[in-house]
Amino acid sequence: MQLAGRVASLTSQKNTGNLLSGVGCNSVEKKIYVHLNYTVPCVRLLNATHQIGCQSHLSGNVGVLHVLESEENVDWVLRSGPNPPYLVILESPLFTRSIMMKLKNGSSRVAGVAVVAPSANPLEGVSPHTTCPNENTGVYTENYDPSLAHCNVTVWNPLGSGLSYEQFDFPIFSLKDDNDTQVIRQCYMDHNRAVNGSTPQYPLCAMQLYSHMSAVTDTATCMRRNDINFSISPEMVCDPLGDYNVWASTRPINNTAKGHKMWESVVIAAARLDSRSFFFEVAPGAESGVSGFVTLLAAAHALRNATQEAPPNRTILYTFFQGETFDYIGSSRMVYDMQNNNFAVDLDNVHSVLEIGQVGLRADSRLWLHSDPVSRKNDSVNVRKLIESLQTAAKGLNVSVNEPGFSQPLPPSSFQRFLRARPIPGVVIEDHQSAFTNRFYESMYDNAEYLNISYPPNLTPEEQLVFVTDTAKALTEVATVVARALYIQAGGAESQSDSLFNMFSVPQVTRMLYGFLIRSNNSWFQQRIPPDFMSHLTDRPTNFYVGVAQQRSELTHLVQYLLANLTGSTANISQDNCQNQREDEKDKESKHMYSYVWVQGAAPPNSTKREGFCVRSTVRLSKALSPAFDLRDYTSKNYSTWTESRWKSIKGRIFLVASHDLEVNFPFTPQRQHMECRFNLHLCFMNFLRFLLTMNWLCTHCRKSGKLDAGIHCSFLE
Amino acid sequence: MTAAVFFGCTFIAFGPAISLFLFTIARDPLRVIFLIAGAFFWLVSLLLASLVWFISVQISNKDSATQQKGLLIFGVVLSVLLQETFRFAYYKLLKKANEGLLTLSQEETMPISIRQLAYVSGLGFGFMSGAFSVVNILADSVGPGTVGIHGDSQHYFLSSAFMTLAIILLHMFWGIVFFDACEKQRWWAVAAVVISHLTVSCLTFQNPEYVGSLVPTYVILFLMGVWAFYSAGGSLRNLKLCITCKDRDFLLANHRPR
Repeated sequence: MQLAGRVASLTSQKNTGNLLSGVGCNSVEKKIYVHLNYTVPCVRLLNATHQIGCQSHLSGNVGVLHVLESEENVDWVLRSGPNPPYLVILESPLFTRSIMMKLKNGSSRVAGVAVVAPSANPLEGVSPHTTCPNENTGVYTENYDPSLAHCNVTVWNPLGSGLSYEQFDFPIFSLKDDNDTQVIRQCYMDHNRAVNGSTPQYPLCAMQLYSHMSAVTDTATCMRRNDINFSISPEMVCDPLGDYNVWASTRPINNTAKGHKMWESVVIAAARLDSRSFFFEVAPGAESGVSGFVTLLAAAHALRNATQEAPPNRTILYTFFQGETFDYIGSSRMVYDMQNNNFAVDLDNVHSVLEIGQVGLRADSRLWLHSDPVSRKNDSVNVRKLIESLQTAAKGLNVSVNEPGFSQPLPPSSFQRFLRARPIPGVVIEDHQSAFTNRFYESMYDNAEYLNISYPPNLTPEEQLVFVTDTAKALTEVATVVARALYIQAGGAESQSDSLFNMFSVPQVTRMLYGFLIRSNNSWFQQRIPPDFMSHLTDRPTNFYVGVAQQRSELTHLVQYLLANLTGSTANISQDNCQNQREDEKDKESKHMYSYVWVQGAAPPNSTKREGFCVRSTVRLSKALSPAFDLRDYTSKNYSTWTESRWKSIKGRIFLVASHDLEVNFPFTPQRQHMECRFNLHLCFMNFLRFLLTMNWLCTHCRKSGKLDAGIHCSFLE
Repeated sequence: MTAAVFFGCTFIAFGPAISLFLFTIARDPLRVIFLIAGAFFWLVSLLLASLVWFISVQISNKDSATQQKGLLIFGVVLSVLLQETFRFAYYKLLKKANEGLLTLSQEETMPISIRQLAYVSGLGFGFMSGAFSVVNILADSVGPGTVGIHGDSQHYFLSSAFMTLAIILLHMFWGIVFFDACEKQRWWAVAAVVISHLTVSCLTFQNPEYVGSLVPTYVILFLMGVWAFYSAGGSLRNLKLCITCKDRDFLLANHRPR
């Protein structure tokens, strides 16, 4: 089961459970193997046409350890090393496309790769994503405008090596640079190192990695295999990627009555939640995801009072899309729902779209407003007004907003899926004029350190939580611009928008950045979540990988509860009514317009019991599963078809091997026998043959010497 | 280290014993029954010894290494004494059973002699003892790794297999000597068996100095083998007659008309 596999990958080493182990007699297994505690694999993902990621044999891949020193040293692994297959240990500067492609081509001699993740980010940029993210599912296809398709005008991610989208036949694991890895390096130094050009002698240090993936070929194949119902307990081999989108509105919208709402004109403020990296469930996503949605959360918070005291004409709909990394799962689903009257509003209600992309790394405090050149040519699409709202909003702030200045397509953004449905005015706010400024796009280095979130030493976690960093201030400035622009675009008075306090949300942004990028188990988050969600908060940064559709990720919950707290209001309702989505016992109408969540709140100074309260808000979840799976069109070119394979166990261990032959083929490979193996074999057969021959000799000797009747058979041979 | 070590060590440890079983015991169902009963008696003795061991470990101080080592020695000695006690108990049981079999059977002679029972029961003890000694080691030898990453000796599997081989054959010889000594009321011989069993078991504390434990064990094995040969009625004259095929009794006893 994949869920069991996920737990196994995160928990510690296998429990040998020997009752007598406390006595000091070690079980034999402990003498042989050292289990790896922290193993992060790369897993197999499939889409309509390809499979990407890594695969191991069902019984694990065993390889002799080799620590790669340089790119030239790859020759040892691929050609000259005498003990293939090798398991290559790479330091992170060597984890490049050229080395990985060489290893991939020589995969008969490569049993696996283990990458040691560094504790600090590298100096030069590294991105395993493709150079043109989501190029086939955006709006720029051959039909729309061939000159803009496939990143002809701007290559968005020039540092992209595309490693995340390659298929490897061996497992690739990530190791932390800690004591376990030091044990591995020491084992290599002691046993495997070739001294002065001589071949290393047995026994050699080896590693075995297990990450067998059940799904193969592509999504259509694995979904077909999921449906096989011959056995009593059918086994699933893959699951679609997906989660839930989080959305909220400034005015309550009836969520039960789906489809077009008369007289409702909506300005969509969108941001993306998820991210990814080469390895499974390692996705810090600081610049690519967090910067965007934290800004939107702060803007929503800033707008709360203004939209209640002086509500603008149009409703602002805050939407947070999940799964955008994998061909726009969330936004394509929302557009599909809007087209099929399955959402609270539909596309006719949408007035304009303002999307916040990557805004964390502003050089010279400039923000760039990207828009679609093709739809702008249409007079009915009034992008000009949106840009003017933004420019008005930025007046008086330490932020300057500019358009790129030349005709450039939109960067990869959720807004492209809306444009695919119909031309709508929209702007995507980014911190880059053309190519990304993010040098670690969708990689494991896109973390807090990259956003310059650093704290003075010797601060406790609670002190770090409230420490205001420059990044927090910068993001709050962007949030202020967005909030004011949204207010103006929604029809609010410009004079009112100035009163949207500058830097109003600095404390919130500070705490959100800490919670999402450093440690999600902190007091600020704890006060804003329901009691049963407490156990899901961890002492590590939040993981931004979208995951499979059956599992709602920690991130979606957190954004849902935070959005409820930041845009909603306290309701004086009992816990029972609150959890049943009603104001009082007889209320049956409120649940269409509002949603209620009981949060556990803070404990008053003199006691330890938290005082919870009910938050009434308009926050909803909408399913973010690609329409391809509802339509059962697994080879769809229009929608995302990404699925994740299931696996049974993910683990690794190191040990010594006493012979070159790691499999039973020793009689047929005479040049590679080790003495002990030959010795074993000779002895074992010798024993059997010894008795057999002795008795045989006795019997035939007796018969030949005439002492036994020739017709008599020897009893022991019958 | 995969199948090579697994099969090699299995055949080293059990090869002679299985050959003996196949060639001398498997044909006669009565012998098979007594062999299995012997194995069961050994198993019961191990069960009792392990109960005592388990309780004493739980009571003891798990952190003190000297106490644990002392407990280990105590456990080994207790186990050996219990095994010999059960060997004696099996002897008594077989004596009683033989009388009973005689009254039941229609023949005049006993279907199985006490000497054959000694051999068979010894081998039964040996099989079960060997199984418990080496099977879990064999199970771990199937994997890709070999012992040594923590600095232990690499010859672990091989020396365990040789030790097990010695123990199985020793149990067989001890069985023969022990039963013969009990028949002839020679209690010093019984004591010698017990002492040699204790010696062999305590020699294993020399591990991982495998030379120090294996060589004396094989010396003892050879000596016990000679003693068992003589107490089973063998002599140099018999041996010569058998090898040159002049031993009429042996030939007559083992021929089967067509």
